[in-house]
Amino acid sequence: MFQITRSAPVYDVVIIGSGAGGGTVTKVLADLGISVALLEAGPMLHPEKDFKEHMWPYQVPHRGSGDGGASYFGRGRAFGFFSAHAGGWQLDGEPYTVAEGSKWNWFRSRIVGGRTNHYGRISLRYADYDLKPYSRDGIGTDWPISYEDIAPYYDKAESFIGVTGSKEGIRSAPDGVFQKCPPPRVHEVLIKKAADKLGIPCIPNRLAVITQATNGRPACHYCGQCGRGCIPASNYSSSQVQVFPAMQTGKVTLITDAMARELITNDEGKVTAVSYIDKKTRTEKQIKCRTVVLAASCCESTRLLLNSKGKGHENGLGNSSGTVGQYLTDNTGFSLGARIPALEGMMRHDSDGMGGAHLYMPWWLWDKKTDFPRGYHVELGGGYGMPGVGSFAGVCAQHEGYGDSLKKAIYDDFGTHVGFSGRGEMIPNKNTYCEIDPNVVDKYGIPVLKFHFKWTDAEYKQVDHMEKTFTDLIETMGGTVVRRNRLASDKISTGGDIIHEVGAIRMGNDPKMAPLNKYCQSNDVKNVFVADAAPFVTNPDKNPTLTIVALAWRTAEYLAEEMRKGNV
Amino acid sequence: MTRRDILSRIAAAAMAGPVGLEAAQHVHEEAAAATPAGGVYKPKGLTQHEFDTLRTLSEIIVPGASKGSAAEFIDLLASQNTDMLTIYTGGIAWLDEAMKRQYHSDFLGAKTEQRTEMLDKIAYRKNRTAELAPGITFFNWARRMTVDAYYTSAAGIKEVGYIGNRGMKEFKVPQEAIDYAVKRSPFA
Repeated sequence: MFQITRSAPVYDVVIIGSGAGGGTVTKVLADLGISVALLEAGPMLHPEKDFKEHMWPYQVPHRGSGDGGASYFGRGRAFGFFSAHAGGWQLDGEPYTVAEGSKWNWFRSRIVGGRTNHYGRISLRYADYDLKPYSRDGIGTDWPISYEDIAPYYDKAESFIGVTGSKEGIRSAPDGVFQKCPPPRVHEVLIKKAADKLGIPCIPNRLAVITQATNGRPACHYCGQCGRGCIPASNYSSSQVQVFPAMQTGKVTLITDAMARELITNDEGKVTAVSYIDKKTRTEKQIKCRTVVLAASCCESTRLLLNSKGKGHENGLGNSSGTVGQYLTDNTGFSLGARIPALEGMMRHDSDGMGGAHLYMPWWLWDKKTDFPRGYHVELGGGYGMPGVGSFAGVCAQHEGYGDSLKKAIYDDFGTHVGFSGRGEMIPNKNTYCEIDPNVVDKYGIPVLKFHFKWTDAEYKQVDHMEKTFTDLIETMGGTVVRRNRLASDKISTGGDIIHEVGAIRMGNDPKMAPLNKYCQSNDVKNVFVADAAPFVTNPDKNPTLTIVALAWRTAEYLAEEMRKGNV
Repeated sequence: MTRRDILSRIAAAAMAGPVGLEAAQHVHEEAAAATPAGGVYKPKGLTQHEFDTLRTLSEIIVPGASKGSAAEFIDLLASQNTDMLTIYTGGIAWLDEAMKRQYHSDFLGAKTEQRTEMLDKIAYRKNRTAELAPGITFFNWARRMTVDAYYTSAAGIKEVGYIGNRGMKEFKVPQEAIDYAVKRSPFA
């Protein structure tokens, strides 16, 4: 049985989730002198102990394959043993369901900092036209804000977290406040030459990595292991860059292992408390608040609203529009690998660099006619990566044999591969949404989400274009494609795979069409705000984290101002 | 010195400024010293005969594989996972049977040229017949995992020429390497 215990203090703001959105709101409000309680469903993060930065594969008996060689049987840890996340595609005791005929994968990381501890750190501003898709081509919905509204917050976000890049003047990739990006690696030099020849812009990458000391954080030391977590915090993670510094202000009460269950409302329909499960004792607790900020991730925040049912809001809190859960999207994904003979026999050198490419290709056909409505950007891979389990599986399969000839084939192959990954815009459609599954609860008794997902021709045709582009790039640089998806239907990523899920609690100008106003404040319940990717109206071909930080910053400032005026 | 100590040092060094080459070198050496020491290994999952066979086989697949503790790596995983154990106990039994049928000796007892003759069959997909299929499947596993073990060891990482996992004050790309690749590319 759950025991109801009520804690006495009333917090000005309770923030649910400590990822990019929650971390940003925590830092901004703490700096404004507002006391906040931060609920995190996972445990505390201890970077020195938890991050596997600089660890060699031979320092673990299984070399990174997992206990019992799990990765050999397709049961390995997502992104490999050394990745900094604390979660995965499935969490024990915390299921989600997928409707028949749909495919969906949902990545969750339960720890202070959430997915920002391990994410790819690509930080791309949305373009002016990205926020006004309907006005531009009649498809989708315009955002209630324009580029001018969000640009000052991009400036703040980039200045504070640190982002590499260069001023390019490309409309699809607005310039920002950039730190110097390190020079391209050898394979990236070749890719750029191929791109130049094909008329595709290939520019210094925009990564949330600092290349000069910033706010007490040292510059990158170029070990290439951002995904393992960075102990000195030379890349952005909300845990190290926002939550820990915010805690030093004395304004933050961090409550870990707290799985939010429901928002409690009073007779006036205002939220007065958050009910959560203390995972350590599996008891229900409540924390009182004047305002609440949902930043539990796009889908978890949706789940929380839909599970907060009561008199007058039987379909979930803040859901008078009936659209909570609708307009969910992920980015499209398609990858192609190649072997580049020009790189074979090159003098070995340290190509680690930042944990990610040093160049990328922004969408370049935004003003040209294509047979699909929306674009994509291209991410690059390659270089002499640290060998790991499976690094040479391709050579083994291709060369076969054994002995010195196999060893030579491996030596010759090392560092000669490049990869191209496209990330494209998905147009929201009525067959893609999430709702509460009435039949399933998680181990805490909380009803779980059920996902519905469909790609449409707009995405399939876009992915066909990616395949053609990548093939052209590879052939132009004299390479050979070595990895090709066998079936056309398998080319496109599964929904959720790219981990860019956005939407589901949209912002908008019309309360009948959108649950949130243009400040990400609930239309129905004025003391509820959403600060993750759920308020996004669409996701263009851009990785969402930078925009989560920028919008959360804007929401936090608005919330603080409304509190000062006594409006919430 | 434990890994945690090493990491603390990196963190401390990094907080003080960019990681120096000295610190990086130190990390490198500490990490290298952390490889398993020698001595007589007692198999955890395989029998002594199976283990000895696997060690000999892995050394043929990748000369030097024992420096990467390939057989020990596979034995450890097999001791933790019955699917893995079955692949190796079954595969080694198949190999011994096939050798006995052809040469009247198990794999370990056979002459070098007899072993080579057998491996030259099962090391290639093109030789797949109903009779050889289990051997080819097993050899695939042994090759893949021996390669993994060796090239994730200090010896294999050095041999393949990976130079990294160290602190760098500034990221630079050798001009010589760029020139080499461009000259060999269609952009020459």
